[in-house]
Amino acid sequence: MQITVEFSGGLETAFDGNKKHVLDVPEGSSVNWLLHHMVETLMPDHKREEGKNIFLQDESVRPGVLVLINDSDWELEGEDQYILQPRDVIIFASTLHGG
Amino acid sequence: MDRSDSEKTDVLPMFKQEYGRYGRQMLVPEFGISGQLDLRSKRILVVGAGGLGSPAIQYLAGAGIGHITIIDDDTVEESNLHRQTIHAGNVNVPKSESAAEFVGKLNPCISVTPMVVRLSPSNSFSVFEGHDLVLDCTDGPAVRYLINDTAVLSGIPVVSASALKTEGQLSIYNYNGGPCYRCLFPIPPPADAVQTCGDGGIMGPVVGMMGMSQAMEAIKLLTGVYSESFTPFLMLYSAYNFPPWKSVKVRKRQKTCAACGDVPRISRQLIETGQVDYSEFCGSPSQVLLGEEHRITPEEYSKIVSTKHILLDVRERPQFDITSFPRSINIPWSELKHKEELDVQVDGSPVYVVCRYGNDSQNAVDKLQKLGIPSKDIKGGLYAWAKNVDEKFPIY
Repeated sequence: MQITVEFSGGLETAFDGNKKHVLDVPEGSSVNWLLHHMVETLMPDHKREEGKNIFLQDESVRPGVLVLINDSDWELEGEDQYILQPRDVIIFASTLHGG
Repeated sequence: MDRSDSEKTDVLPMFKQEYGRYGRQMLVPEFGISGQLDLRSKRILVVGAGGLGSPAIQYLAGAGIGHITIIDDDTVEESNLHRQTIHAGNVNVPKSESAAEFVGKLNPCISVTPMVVRLSPSNSFSVFEGHDLVLDCTDGPAVRYLINDTAVLSGIPVVSASALKTEGQLSIYNYNGGPCYRCLFPIPPPADAVQTCGDGGIMGPVVGMMGMSQAMEAIKLLTGVYSESFTPFLMLYSAYNFPPWKSVKVRKRQKTCAACGDVPRISRQLIETGQVDYSEFCGSPSQVLLGEEHRITPEEYSKIVSTKHILLDVRERPQFDITSFPRSINIPWSELKHKEELDVQVDGSPVYVVCRYGNDSQNAVDKLQKLGIPSKDIKGGLYAWAKNVDEKFPIY
């Protein structure tokens, strides 16, 4: 099934620089599975070590990144245990601090 | 004047002049005269009179908020003016005073207090006292946590925004069952992941849009739009995306939150006595500091500039495009740090490394050392070069 992953707040620089990706994922996959799948498939080899640290910490998203499942905070949807559904849109929003 | 008119004048809730001044917004049914009277009785604190604060203050003053306090210890620089248009003609003036001067000129019906001090754990509670709402228009995680904690413990809601490059975010914290900043972000991001507008850049209208949205949300909140039901949200703006706006639902107040949870671990006393260490909590970026033998001053470099050598400029491409030394080679630090070999023919020539301020150039010399290429960094970067050697060199 297909899902869409989007980056906001500059997190795409940890990956290949694209803000939007359409991914084919197996049915029944959790968001936790998706996090690791993204590191393995969307990060260029030479950036993986650093990119992983920008994206993940202690096996979940790093502090300062909000995960939004279909325009809703993942805290309202079961966090990383949420089971992905066809056509889901998952946004990884890194907080901004400038002003 | 007949009798009914004079009776009405005696009980007018505003000065006659204010009817004319605020007429256009009082015509709007969602707002009306009751909205105007609400705003007139309110006091707002704006922390930061920069990219967010400038437009927010302009529109809040125009709308007729009874009192605006502006706190900022910074002075206006020329590099602020593309986005902080409130400060027209006021380079080198303290930002809070410059902004207050504008407020006084725009709307003599309201009062304004500029404070040329930095918000700190020792003054935050007294600064916040007596305000109905705080606008977080600051530019770093440490001060954002301080504003949040003080607001939670003072029972004041916060309209918070931020912006960088082409994107902005806005949220309301500590209001009507919604989250505080710590509920959403219990742990600060790693310091290396935090960029300021001075490093990453900022489009003026992007941060302007966010500041103006803060003013609109402040007006809605102060006139009771969210008092009955409030769905906590985060607004995301991305100027180069289509559609550029998105609003998402976020979590409610978290019972486990250190600031606003059922068993808070942060108190006024802990903040005021410095036991909540905000700068340590948020950390500082990792930085290699080289020994003197790996460094050269801009003055020393100016003496060898015409001898055979390689000058490596490790600034990001947009910066290199703005201005650079002739014959310098650009490999941005963000790329260099991933390299396993340098695709530049060194053949025994001395290698010098330069950047904007002399921080990344030290990281780069350290990295080149590991690749087996000895090099030296130019202390203080192009900024120091322009200041100490060549005053014609443009700095940005």
